[in-house]
Amino acid sequence: MEGFLTDYVWPGLIMVGQSLLLLVALLIFIAYILYADRKVWAAVQMRRGPNVVGPWGLFQSFADLLKFVFKEPVIPAGADKAVFLLAPLVSVTLALATWAVVPLSAGWVIADINVGILYIFAISSLEVYGIIMGGWASNSKYPFLGALRSAAQMVSYEVSIGFVIVAVLLGVGSLNLTDIVMAQSDGIGTRLGLPNTFLDWHWLSLFPLFIIFFISALAETNRPPFDLPEAESELVAGFMVEYGSTPYMMFMLGEYAAICLMCALTTILFLGGWLPPADIAVLNWIPGIFWFVLKASMVFFMFAMVKAFVPRYRYDQLMRLGWKVFLPLSLGMLVIVAFFLKLTGWAP
Amino acid sequence: MGLQALFFYIFAFVAVASAFMVISARNPVHSVLFLILTFFNAAGLFLLTGAEFLAMILLVVYVGAVAVLFLFVVMMLDVDFAELRAGVLDYAPVGALVGLVLVAELILVLAGNWVTPEAAGSGASPIPPLAERTNTAALGDILYTDYIYFFQIAGLVLLVAMIGAIVLTLKHRTDIKRQDISKQVARTPETGVKVVKVKPGQGI
Repeated sequence: MEGFLTDYVWPGLIMVGQSLLLLVALLIFIAYILYADRKVWAAVQMRRGPNVVGPWGLFQSFADLLKFVFKEPVIPAGADKAVFLLAPLVSVTLALATWAVVPLSAGWVIADINVGILYIFAISSLEVYGIIMGGWASNSKYPFLGALRSAAQMVSYEVSIGFVIVAVLLGVGSLNLTDIVMAQSDGIGTRLGLPNTFLDWHWLSLFPLFIIFFISALAETNRPPFDLPEAESELVAGFMVEYGSTPYMMFMLGEYAAICLMCALTTILFLGGWLPPADIAVLNWIPGIFWFVLKASMVFFMFAMVKAFVPRYRYDQLMRLGWKVFLPLSLGMLVIVAFFLKLTGWAP
Repeated sequence: MGLQALFFYIFAFVAVASAFMVISARNPVHSVLFLILTFFNAAGLFLLTGAEFLAMILLVVYVGAVAVLFLFVVMMLDVDFAELRAGVLDYAPVGALVGLVLVAELILVLAGNWVTPEAAGSGASPIPPLAERTNTAALGDILYTDYIYFFQIAGLVLLVAMIGAIVLTLKHRTDIKRQDISKQVARTPETGVKVVKVKPGQGI
Protein backbone atom coordinates (compact mmCIF):
# COMPACT_ATOMS: atom_id res chain seq x y z
CA MET A 1 0.00 0.00 0.00
CA GLU A 2 2.93 2.27 0.82
CA GLY A 3 4.36 1.70 -2.68
CA PHE A 4 1.02 2.35 -4.29
CA LEU A 5 0.81 5.78 -2.67
CA THR A 6 4.32 6.89 -3.63
CA ASP A 7 4.26 5.28 -7.08
CA TYR A 8 0.82 6.16 -8.34
CA VAL A 9 -1.14 8.55 -6.17
CA TRP A 10 1.34 11.34 -5.39
CA PRO A 11 2.93 11.69 -8.85
CA GLY A 12 -0.53 11.51 -10.40
CA LEU A 13 -2.01 14.08 -8.01
CA ILE A 14 0.89 16.48 -8.53
CA MET A 15 0.55 16.23 -12.32
CA VAL A 16 -3.21 16.74 -12.20
CA GLY A 17 -2.88 19.65 -9.75
CA GLN A 18 -0.28 21.49 -11.83
CA SER A 19 -2.25 20.95 -15.03
CA LEU A 20 -5.47 22.19 -13.43
CA LEU A 21 -3.77 25.30 -12.12
CA LEU A 22 -2.32 26.14 -15.55
CA LEU A 23 -5.64 25.32 -17.22
CA VAL A 24 -7.66 27.66 -15.01
CA ALA A 25 -5.12 30.47 -15.39
CA LEU A 26 -5.06 29.94 -19.14
CA LEU A 27 -8.86 29.92 -19.48
CA ILE A 28 -9.19 33.17 -17.53
CA PHE A 29 -6.45 34.67 -19.67
CA ILE A 30 -8.25 33.54 -22.82
CA ALA A 31 -11.49 35.13 -21.59
CA TYR A 32 -9.72 38.49 -21.35
CA ILE A 33 -7.81 37.98 -24.59
CA LEU A 34 -11.17 37.57 -26.32
CA TYR A 35 -12.41 40.75 -24.67
CA ALA A 36 -9.21 42.59 -25.65
CA ASP A 37 -9.57 41.36 -29.22
CA ARG A 38 -13.07 42.80 -29.48
CA LYS A 39 -12.11 46.06 -27.76
CA VAL A 40 -9.14 46.64 -30.09
CA TRP A 41 -11.25 45.85 -33.10
CA ALA A 42 -13.94 48.22 -31.87
CA ALA A 43 -11.45 51.01 -31.15
CA VAL A 44 -10.02 50.81 -34.67
CA GLN A 45 -13.53 51.11 -36.11
CA MET A 46 -14.43 53.89 -33.62
CA ARG A 47 -17.04 51.79 -31.82
CA ARG A 48 -17.25 51.11 -28.10
CA GLY A 49 -17.10 47.33 -28.19
CA PRO A 50 -18.52 45.22 -25.34
CA ASN A 51 -19.37 47.60 -22.48
CA VAL A 52 -22.54 46.32 -20.83
CA VAL A 53 -21.73 43.28 -18.65
CA GLY A 54 -19.72 44.37 -15.61
CA PRO A 55 -17.59 47.52 -15.37
CA TRP A 56 -16.33 48.45 -18.90
CA GLY A 57 -17.80 45.18 -20.09
CA LEU A 58 -15.10 43.18 -18.31
CA PHE A 59 -17.37 40.17 -17.71
CA GLN A 60 -18.57 39.95 -21.32
CA SER A 61 -16.66 36.70 -22.05
CA PHE A 62 -18.18 34.97 -19.02
CA ALA A 63 -21.66 36.06 -20.08
CA ASP A 64 -20.95 34.61 -23.53
CA LEU A 65 -19.78 31.38 -21.92
CA LEU A 66 -23.04 31.02 -19.99
CA LYS A 67 -25.03 31.80 -23.13
CA PHE A 68 -23.25 29.09 -25.13
CA VAL A 69 -23.52 26.50 -22.38
CA PHE A 70 -27.25 26.97 -21.78
CA LYS A 71 -28.19 26.85 -25.46
CA GLU A 72 -29.48 23.65 -26.97
CA PRO A 73 -26.87 21.83 -29.05
CA VAL A 74 -28.31 21.03 -32.47
CA ILE A 75 -26.92 18.08 -34.40
CA PRO A 76 -27.87 17.96 -38.10
CA ALA A 77 -29.84 14.88 -39.15
CA GLY A 78 -27.33 13.86 -41.84
CA ALA A 79 -24.30 14.34 -39.64
CA ASP A 80 -21.98 11.62 -38.46
CA LYS A 81 -22.88 12.07 -34.82
CA ALA A 82 -19.77 10.68 -33.11
CA VAL A 83 -17.26 12.47 -35.33
CA PHE A 84 -19.38 15.63 -35.26
CA LEU A 85 -19.13 15.84 -31.47
CA LEU A 86 -15.54 14.60 -31.37
CA ALA A 87 -14.24 17.35 -33.68
CA PRO A 88 -14.55 20.33 -31.28
CA LEU A 89 -13.23 18.16 -28.43
CA VAL A 90 -10.17 17.22 -30.48
CA SER A 91 -9.48 20.81 -31.42
CA VAL A 92 -9.79 22.17 -27.87
CA THR A 93 -7.87 19.30 -26.22
CA LEU A 94 -4.93 19.59 -28.60
CA ALA A 95 -4.81 23.36 -28.32
CA LEU A 96 -4.68 23.15 -24.52
CA ALA A 97 -2.29 20.16 -24.46
CA THR A 98 0.49 22.15 -26.12
CA TRP A 99 0.67 24.40 -23.06
CA ALA A 100 2.19 21.59 -21.00
CA VAL A 101 5.70 22.38 -22.24
CA VAL A 102 5.52 26.19 -22.36
CA PRO A 103 7.84 27.73 -19.74
CA LEU A 104 6.12 30.78 -18.25
CA SER A 105 9.14 31.78 -16.20
CA ALA A 106 12.44 30.19 -15.15
CA GLY A 107 11.41 26.69 -14.05
CA TRP A 108 7.66 27.38 -14.32
CA VAL A 109 6.84 24.56 -16.68
CA ILE A 110 4.83 21.37 -16.23
CA ALA A 111 6.89 19.14 -18.52
CA ASP A 112 10.45 20.36 -19.15
CA ILE A 113 11.14 17.91 -21.99
CA ASN A 114 14.18 17.84 -24.26
CA VAL A 115 12.17 18.12 -27.46
CA GLY A 116 9.76 20.83 -26.24
CA ILE A 117 9.65 22.82 -29.46
CA LEU A 118 9.09 19.66 -31.52
CA TYR A 119 6.27 18.67 -29.19
CA ILE A 120 4.54 22.01 -29.79
CA PHE A 121 5.13 21.69 -33.52
CA ALA A 122 3.77 18.13 -33.55
CA ILE A 123 0.65 18.84 -31.52
CA SER A 124 -0.20 22.02 -33.39
CA SER A 125 0.14 20.13 -36.65
CA LEU A 126 -2.60 17.83 -35.35
CA GLU A 127 -5.02 20.70 -34.80
CA VAL A 128 -6.02 20.48 -38.42
CA TYR A 129 -7.90 17.26 -37.60
CA GLY A 130 -10.46 19.11 -35.50
CA ILE A 131 -11.29 21.21 -38.53
CA ILE A 132 -11.30 18.41 -41.10
CA MET A 133 -13.42 16.17 -38.88
CA GLY A 134 -15.87 18.99 -38.17
CA GLY A 135 -16.16 19.88 -41.83
CA TRP A 136 -16.62 16.32 -42.98
CA ALA A 137 -18.97 15.17 -40.22
CA SER A 138 -21.36 18.08 -40.82
CA ASN A 139 -22.22 16.41 -44.13
CA SER A 140 -22.89 19.72 -45.82
CA LYS A 141 -21.26 21.68 -48.64
CA TYR A 142 -19.92 24.83 -47.00
CA PRO A 143 -18.33 23.17 -43.98
CA PHE A 144 -16.60 20.65 -46.24
CA LEU A 145 -15.20 23.35 -48.53
CA GLY A 146 -14.06 25.30 -45.47
CA ALA A 147 -12.38 22.22 -44.04
CA LEU A 148 -10.54 21.47 -47.28
CA ARG A 149 -9.27 25.02 -47.54
CA SER A 150 -8.17 25.09 -43.97
CA ALA A 151 -6.32 21.79 -44.17
CA ALA A 152 -4.38 22.94 -47.23
CA GLN A 153 -3.62 26.26 -45.56
CA MET A 154 -2.38 24.81 -42.29
CA VAL A 155 -0.21 22.18 -43.99
CA SER A 156 1.32 24.85 -46.26
CA TYR A 157 2.27 27.32 -43.56
CA GLU A 158 3.58 24.66 -41.22
CA VAL A 159 6.45 24.16 -43.67
CA SER A 160 7.75 27.72 -43.38
CA ILE A 161 7.15 27.75 -39.61
CA GLY A 162 9.24 24.58 -39.42
CA PHE A 163 12.15 26.18 -41.29
CA VAL A 164 12.00 29.31 -39.13
CA ILE A 165 12.14 27.16 -36.00
CA VAL A 166 15.09 25.19 -37.38
CA ALA A 167 16.97 28.43 -38.11
CA VAL A 168 16.39 29.59 -34.53
CA LEU A 169 17.50 26.22 -33.18
CA LEU A 170 20.76 26.41 -35.15
CA GLY A 171 21.85 29.29 -32.99
CA VAL A 172 20.56 27.75 -29.77
CA GLY A 173 21.72 24.16 -30.08
CA SER A 174 18.85 22.69 -28.10
CA LEU A 175 15.19 21.79 -28.63
CA ASN A 176 14.32 22.62 -25.04
CA LEU A 177 12.22 25.78 -24.69
CA THR A 178 13.95 26.90 -21.50
CA ASP A 179 17.32 26.61 -23.25
CA ILE A 180 16.00 28.65 -26.16
CA VAL A 181 15.05 31.48 -23.82
CA MET A 182 18.31 31.31 -21.85
CA ALA A 183 20.33 31.38 -25.09
CA GLN A 184 18.92 34.84 -25.72
CA SER A 185 20.61 36.32 -22.67
CA ASP A 186 23.64 36.67 -24.89
CA GLY A 187 23.54 37.73 -28.53
CA ILE A 188 24.27 40.58 -30.92
CA GLY A 189 24.34 43.23 -28.18
CA THR A 190 26.82 41.44 -25.93
CA ARG A 191 29.03 40.55 -28.91
CA LEU A 192 29.29 44.28 -29.65
CA GLY A 193 30.28 44.95 -26.05
CA LEU A 194 26.94 46.32 -24.87
CA PRO A 195 25.40 45.13 -21.60
CA ASN A 196 22.59 42.54 -21.59
CA THR A 197 19.54 44.17 -23.13
CA PHE A 198 16.64 43.41 -25.40
CA LEU A 199 19.05 43.81 -28.33
CA ASP A 200 20.35 40.30 -27.58
CA TRP A 201 17.08 38.62 -28.32
CA HIS A 202 16.54 36.80 -31.57
CA TRP A 203 14.12 39.33 -33.03
CA LEU A 204 17.04 41.54 -34.03
CA SER A 205 19.53 38.93 -35.18
CA LEU A 206 16.87 36.97 -37.10
CA PHE A 207 14.62 39.87 -38.05
CA PRO A 208 13.39 38.52 -41.45
CA LEU A 209 12.53 35.21 -39.81
CA PHE A 210 10.66 37.05 -37.05
CA ILE A 211 8.43 38.66 -39.68
CA ILE A 212 7.93 35.38 -41.56
CA PHE A 213 7.09 33.60 -38.32
CA PHE A 214 4.57 36.24 -37.28
CA ILE A 215 2.73 36.13 -40.62
CA SER A 216 2.85 32.32 -40.76
CA ALA A 217 1.46 32.23 -37.23
CA LEU A 218 -1.49 34.31 -38.42
CA ALA A 219 -2.08 31.83 -41.25
CA GLU A 220 -1.56 28.79 -39.05
CA THR A 221 -4.16 29.92 -36.52
CA ASN A 222 -6.63 30.97 -39.25
CA ARG A 223 -6.59 34.57 -38.09
CA PRO A 224 -7.52 37.40 -40.43
CA PRO A 225 -6.26 38.25 -43.05
CA PHE A 226 -5.95 34.50 -43.59
CA ASP A 227 -9.28 33.40 -42.10
CA LEU A 228 -10.30 31.66 -45.32
CA PRO A 229 -11.70 28.59 -43.57
CA GLU A 230 -14.39 30.82 -42.11
CA ALA A 231 -14.66 33.44 -44.88
CA GLU A 232 -18.19 34.44 -43.94
CA SER A 233 -18.74 36.31 -47.21
CA GLU A 234 -18.31 33.18 -49.33
CA LEU A 235 -18.55 30.13 -47.06
CA VAL A 236 -21.03 31.44 -44.42
CA ALA A 237 -18.79 30.36 -41.52
CA GLY A 238 -16.67 27.61 -43.05
CA PHE A 239 -16.31 24.41 -41.09
CA MET A 240 -18.36 25.83 -38.18
CA VAL A 241 -21.59 26.39 -40.12
CA GLU A 242 -23.48 23.52 -38.52
CA TYR A 243 -22.13 24.06 -35.02
CA GLY A 244 -23.90 25.91 -32.24
CA SER A 245 -23.89 26.25 -28.46
CA THR A 246 -21.22 24.30 -26.51
CA PRO A 247 -19.51 22.57 -29.47
CA TYR A 248 -19.16 25.94 -31.20
CA MET A 249 -17.76 27.44 -28.02
CA MET A 250 -15.17 24.66 -27.89
CA PHE A 251 -14.03 25.44 -31.43
CA MET A 252 -13.68 29.10 -30.44
CA LEU A 253 -11.81 28.18 -27.29
CA GLY A 254 -9.45 25.92 -29.23
CA GLU A 255 -8.83 28.67 -31.76
CA TYR A 256 -8.01 31.25 -29.10
CA ALA A 257 -5.87 28.80 -27.12
CA ALA A 258 -3.89 28.20 -30.32
CA ILE A 259 -3.58 31.95 -30.88
CA CYS A 260 -2.31 32.44 -27.31
CA LEU A 261 0.14 29.61 -27.87
CA MET A 262 1.48 31.25 -31.02
CA CYS A 263 1.90 34.52 -29.08
CA ALA A 264 3.76 32.66 -26.34
CA LEU A 265 5.89 30.84 -28.92
CA THR A 266 6.81 34.12 -30.65
CA THR A 267 7.80 35.45 -27.23
CA ILE A 268 9.93 32.41 -26.46
CA LEU A 269 11.62 32.13 -29.85
CA PHE A 270 12.22 35.80 -30.64
CA LEU A 271 11.41 38.09 -27.73
CA GLY A 272 13.46 36.53 -24.98
CA GLY A 273 10.70 34.76 -23.04
CA TRP A 274 10.71 35.91 -19.41
CA LEU A 275 13.98 37.85 -19.65
CA PRO A 276 13.65 41.51 -18.59
CA PRO A 277 14.33 44.11 -21.32
CA ALA A 278 17.60 45.08 -19.65
CA ASP A 279 19.76 43.30 -17.10
CA ILE A 280 19.53 45.92 -14.34
CA ALA A 281 18.51 45.35 -10.73
CA VAL A 282 15.13 47.14 -10.77
CA LEU A 283 13.88 45.18 -13.76
CA ASN A 284 15.29 41.92 -12.42
CA TRP A 285 13.21 42.27 -9.23
CA ILE A 286 10.00 41.97 -11.23
CA PRO A 287 9.12 38.28 -11.55
CA GLY A 288 9.70 36.71 -14.99
CA ILE A 289 6.06 35.76 -15.46
CA PHE A 290 5.22 39.47 -15.67
CA TRP A 291 7.59 40.05 -18.58
CA PHE A 292 6.39 36.89 -20.29
CA VAL A 293 2.72 37.85 -20.11
CA LEU A 294 3.51 41.43 -21.10
CA LYS A 295 5.43 40.35 -24.21
CA ALA A 296 2.85 37.74 -25.21
CA SER A 297 0.08 40.34 -24.78
CA MET A 298 1.97 42.76 -27.00
CA VAL A 299 2.25 40.11 -29.70
CA PHE A 300 -1.47 39.49 -29.32
CA PHE A 301 -2.11 43.21 -29.69
CA MET A 302 -0.37 42.96 -33.07
CA PHE A 303 -2.60 40.00 -33.95
CA ALA A 304 -5.67 42.05 -33.06
CA MET A 305 -4.50 45.10 -35.01
CA VAL A 306 -3.83 43.01 -38.11
CA LYS A 307 -7.35 41.65 -37.85
CA ALA A 308 -8.75 45.17 -37.76
CA PHE A 309 -6.57 46.62 -40.54
CA VAL A 310 -5.87 44.09 -43.25
CA PRO A 311 -8.44 42.88 -45.80
CA ARG A 312 -8.78 39.13 -46.35
CA TYR A 313 -6.51 37.37 -48.82
CA ARG A 314 -7.81 35.51 -51.82
CA TYR A 315 -7.19 31.77 -51.67
CA ASP A 316 -4.68 31.57 -54.55
CA GLN A 317 -2.80 34.57 -53.14
CA LEU A 318 -2.59 32.81 -49.80
CA MET A 319 -1.14 29.68 -51.39
CA ARG A 320 1.25 31.74 -53.50
CA LEU A 321 2.50 33.57 -50.42
CA GLY A 322 3.04 30.34 -48.53
CA TRP A 323 4.76 28.24 -51.17
CA LYS A 324 6.40 30.72 -53.52
CA VAL A 325 7.43 33.49 -51.12
CA PHE A 326 7.79 32.23 -47.57
CA LEU A 327 9.14 28.77 -48.31
CA PRO A 328 12.11 29.94 -50.46
CA LEU A 329 12.72 32.90 -48.15
CA SER A 330 12.82 30.83 -44.97
CA LEU A 331 14.89 28.10 -46.65
CA GLY A 332 17.35 30.70 -47.93
CA MET A 333 17.57 32.31 -44.50
CA LEU A 334 18.22 28.90 -42.97
CA VAL A 335 21.21 28.38 -45.30
CA ILE A 336 22.52 31.90 -44.61
CA VAL A 337 22.20 31.46 -40.84
CA ALA A 338 23.97 28.10 -41.00
CA PHE A 339 26.87 29.53 -43.06
CA PHE A 340 27.12 32.57 -40.81
CA LEU A 341 27.28 30.49 -37.63
CA LYS A 342 29.87 28.16 -39.15
CA LEU A 343 32.10 30.93 -40.48
CA THR A 344 32.03 33.04 -37.34
CA GLY A 345 32.40 30.00 -35.13
CA TRP A 346 29.40 31.07 -33.02
CA ALA A 347 27.61 27.79 -33.53
CA PRO A 348 27.00 26.10 -30.17
CA MET B 1 8.08 3.70 -12.54
CA GLY B 2 4.52 2.97 -11.49
CA LEU B 3 2.84 5.57 -13.63
CA GLN B 4 5.01 4.66 -16.61
CA ALA B 5 3.78 1.08 -16.53
CA LEU B 6 0.22 2.33 -16.33
CA PHE B 7 0.72 4.56 -19.35
CA PHE B 8 2.38 1.73 -21.23
CA TYR B 9 -0.71 -0.42 -20.83
CA ILE B 10 -3.00 2.43 -21.83
CA PHE B 11 -1.03 3.27 -24.98
CA ALA B 12 -0.53 -0.37 -25.93
CA PHE B 13 -4.17 -1.31 -25.42
CA VAL B 14 -5.53 1.68 -27.34
CA ALA B 15 -2.99 1.13 -30.14
CA VAL B 16 -3.98 -2.51 -30.60
CA ALA B 17 -7.70 -1.82 -30.28
CA SER B 18 -7.66 1.04 -32.77
CA ALA B 19 -5.47 -0.96 -35.17
CA PHE B 20 -8.19 -3.61 -35.08
CA MET B 21 -10.83 -0.95 -35.69
CA VAL B 22 -8.91 0.26 -38.77
CA ILE B 23 -9.69 -2.97 -40.57
CA SER B 24 -13.13 -3.55 -39.10
CA ALA B 25 -14.72 -0.08 -39.29
CA ARG B 26 -17.44 0.14 -41.93
CA ASN B 27 -16.83 3.74 -42.88
CA PRO B 28 -13.47 4.38 -44.65
CA VAL B 29 -13.16 7.80 -43.01
CA HIS B 30 -13.55 6.19 -39.58
CA SER B 31 -10.84 3.73 -40.59
CA VAL B 32 -8.42 6.55 -41.32
CA LEU B 33 -9.30 8.27 -38.06
CA PHE B 34 -8.57 5.05 -36.16
CA LEU B 35 -5.31 4.75 -38.08
CA ILE B 36 -4.38 8.21 -36.83
CA LEU B 37 -5.20 7.14 -33.28
CA THR B 38 -2.91 4.12 -33.75
CA PHE B 39 -0.06 6.36 -34.90
CA PHE B 40 -0.65 8.62 -31.94
CA ASN B 41 -0.42 5.79 -29.45
CA ALA B 42 2.65 4.40 -31.19
CA ALA B 43 4.25 7.80 -30.62
CA GLY B 44 3.31 7.48 -26.95
CA LEU B 45 5.05 4.10 -26.78
CA PHE B 46 8.16 5.60 -28.40
CA LEU B 47 8.14 8.28 -25.71
CA LEU B 48 8.03 5.68 -22.95
CA THR B 49 11.10 3.91 -24.36
CA GLY B 50 12.99 7.24 -24.30
CA ALA B 51 12.96 7.78 -28.07
CA GLU B 52 11.45 11.24 -27.73
CA PHE B 53 12.77 12.59 -31.04
CA LEU B 54 11.34 9.66 -33.02
CA ALA B 55 8.01 10.06 -31.24
CA MET B 56 7.70 13.70 -32.21
CA ILE B 57 8.84 13.09 -35.79
CA LEU B 58 6.28 10.30 -36.08
CA LEU B 59 3.61 12.80 -35.06
CA VAL B 60 4.83 15.60 -37.32
CA VAL B 61 5.41 13.50 -40.44
CA TYR B 62 2.88 10.70 -40.30
CA VAL B 63 0.03 12.15 -38.33
CA GLY B 64 0.46 15.81 -39.23
CA ALA B 65 1.15 15.46 -42.94
CA VAL B 66 0.79 11.99 -44.47
CA ALA B 67 -2.44 11.06 -42.70
CA VAL B 68 -3.98 14.43 -43.59
CA LEU B 69 -3.44 13.72 -47.29
CA PHE B 70 -4.71 10.21 -46.74
CA LEU B 71 -7.85 11.54 -45.10
CA PHE B 72 -8.30 13.97 -47.97
CA VAL B 73 -8.18 11.23 -50.56
CA VAL B 74 -10.58 9.01 -48.67
CA MET B 75 -13.03 11.88 -48.15
CA MET B 76 -12.91 13.03 -51.76
CA LEU B 77 -13.07 9.64 -53.46
CA ASP B 78 -16.40 7.99 -53.23
CA VAL B 79 -15.20 4.55 -52.24
CA ASP B 80 -17.93 1.95 -52.53
CA PHE B 81 -17.12 -0.38 -49.69
CA ALA B 82 -19.83 -2.90 -50.43
CA GLU B 83 -18.08 -3.56 -53.74
CA LEU B 84 -14.70 -3.85 -52.06
CA ARG B 85 -16.04 -6.22 -49.46
CA ALA B 86 -17.57 -8.52 -52.09
CA GLY B 87 -14.19 -9.92 -53.09
CA VAL B 88 -12.84 -10.32 -49.58
CA LEU B 89 -12.83 -14.12 -49.64
CA ASP B 90 -10.92 -14.23 -52.91
CA TYR B 91 -8.16 -12.07 -51.49
CA ALA B 92 -8.06 -13.75 -48.09
CA PRO B 93 -5.44 -16.43 -48.93
CA VAL B 94 -3.03 -13.88 -50.47
CA GLY B 95 -3.53 -11.57 -47.50
CA ALA B 96 -2.90 -14.39 -45.07
CA LEU B 97 0.29 -15.30 -46.96
CA VAL B 98 1.60 -11.71 -46.79
CA GLY B 99 0.75 -11.59 -43.08
CA LEU B 100 2.58 -14.87 -42.49
CA VAL B 101 5.71 -13.63 -44.27
CA LEU B 102 5.63 -10.44 -42.21
CA VAL B 103 5.27 -12.36 -38.95
CA ALA B 104 8.16 -14.66 -39.91
CA GLU B 105 10.37 -11.68 -40.73
CA LEU B 106 9.49 -9.96 -37.47
CA ILE B 107 10.38 -13.09 -35.51
CA LEU B 108 13.69 -13.37 -37.39
CA VAL B 109 14.54 -9.75 -36.63
CA LEU B 110 13.66 -10.06 -32.97
CA ALA B 111 15.45 -13.39 -32.63
CA GLY B 112 18.45 -12.20 -34.65
CA ASN B 113 20.92 -13.26 -32.01
CA TRP B 114 19.68 -16.79 -32.17
CA VAL B 115 19.72 -17.07 -35.98
CA THR B 116 23.14 -15.47 -36.57
CA PRO B 117 25.04 -15.10 -33.30
CA GLU B 118 27.97 -13.36 -35.03
CA ALA B 119 25.73 -10.51 -36.23
CA ALA B 120 24.91 -9.45 -32.70
CA GLY B 121 28.12 -7.46 -32.33
CA SER B 122 27.60 -5.44 -35.50
CA GLY B 123 24.69 -3.43 -34.15
CA ALA B 124 25.16 0.24 -35.07
CA SER B 125 26.74 2.85 -32.83
CA PRO B 126 26.60 2.13 -29.12
CA ILE B 127 23.72 3.89 -27.44
CA PRO B 128 24.94 6.52 -24.97
CA PRO B 129 22.96 6.93 -21.75
CA LEU B 130 20.19 9.53 -21.96
CA ALA B 131 21.72 11.75 -19.30
CA GLU B 132 24.92 12.23 -21.35
CA ARG B 133 23.51 12.80 -24.80
CA THR B 134 19.97 13.56 -25.94
CA ASN B 135 18.80 11.23 -28.67
CA THR B 136 18.25 14.20 -30.99
CA ALA B 137 21.99 14.86 -30.94
CA ALA B 138 22.81 11.15 -31.20
CA LEU B 139 20.55 10.73 -34.25
CA GLY B 140 22.03 13.85 -35.80
CA ASP B 141 25.52 12.44 -35.43
CA ILE B 142 24.57 9.19 -37.09
CA LEU B 143 22.64 10.77 -39.97
CA TYR B 144 24.74 13.82 -40.77
CA THR B 145 28.23 12.72 -39.74
CA ASP B 146 28.64 8.96 -39.87
CA TYR B 147 26.37 8.21 -42.82
CA ILE B 148 26.24 11.54 -44.61
CA TYR B 149 26.67 10.03 -48.11
CA PHE B 150 23.80 7.59 -47.68
CA PHE B 151 21.69 10.44 -46.39
CA GLN B 152 22.55 12.58 -49.41
CA ILE B 153 21.77 9.72 -51.79
CA ALA B 154 18.41 9.18 -50.11
CA GLY B 155 17.73 12.89 -50.52
CA LEU B 156 18.59 12.71 -54.22
CA VAL B 157 16.28 9.76 -54.75
CA LEU B 158 13.45 11.69 -53.11
CA LEU B 159 14.25 14.75 -55.24
CA VAL B 160 14.06 12.68 -58.41
CA ALA B 161 10.75 11.23 -57.27
CA MET B 162 9.41 14.69 -56.57
CA ILE B 163 10.49 16.07 -59.94
CA GLY B 164 9.00 13.00 -61.61
CA ALA B 165 5.65 13.57 -59.91
CA ILE B 166 5.66 17.23 -60.94
CA VAL B 167 6.59 16.44 -64.55
CA LEU B 168 3.88 13.80 -64.79
CA THR B 169 1.13 16.09 -63.51
CA LEU B 170 2.24 19.44 -64.96
CA LYS B 171 -0.01 20.60 -67.73
CA HIS B 172 0.38 24.11 -68.98
CA ARG B 173 -3.13 25.14 -69.87
CA THR B 174 -3.45 28.09 -72.18
CA ASP B 175 -7.24 28.35 -72.04
CA ILE B 176 -7.47 29.70 -68.50
CA LYS B 177 -6.82 33.22 -67.25
CA ARG B 178 -3.83 33.58 -64.96
CA GLN B 179 -2.87 36.38 -62.64
CA ASP B 180 0.47 38.00 -63.50
CA ILE B 181 1.26 40.25 -60.58
CA SER B 182 4.18 42.11 -62.19
CA LYS B 183 1.96 42.87 -65.16
CA GLN B 184 -0.77 44.23 -62.91
CA VAL B 185 1.65 46.37 -60.93
CA ALA B 186 3.23 47.77 -64.09
CA ARG B 187 -0.11 49.01 -65.42
CA THR B 188 -0.44 52.80 -65.71
CA PRO B 189 -3.50 54.92 -66.52
CA GLU B 190 -2.13 55.31 -70.05
CA THR B 191 -2.08 51.58 -70.76
CA GLY B 192 -5.08 50.67 -68.64
CA VAL B 193 -7.69 53.28 -69.51
CA LYS B 194 -8.91 54.40 -72.92
CA VAL B 195 -10.88 57.59 -73.19
CA VAL B 196 -13.44 57.43 -75.96
CA LYS B 197 -15.77 60.08 -77.23
CA VAL B 198 -19.20 58.58 -77.54
CA LYS B 199 -21.78 60.18 -79.77
CA PRO B 200 -25.22 60.24 -78.19
CA GLY B 201 -27.54 57.53 -79.35
CA GLN B 202 -24.82 55.51 -81.12
CA GLY B 203 -22.71 53.79 -78.49
CA ILE B 204 -19.25 52.47 -79.23
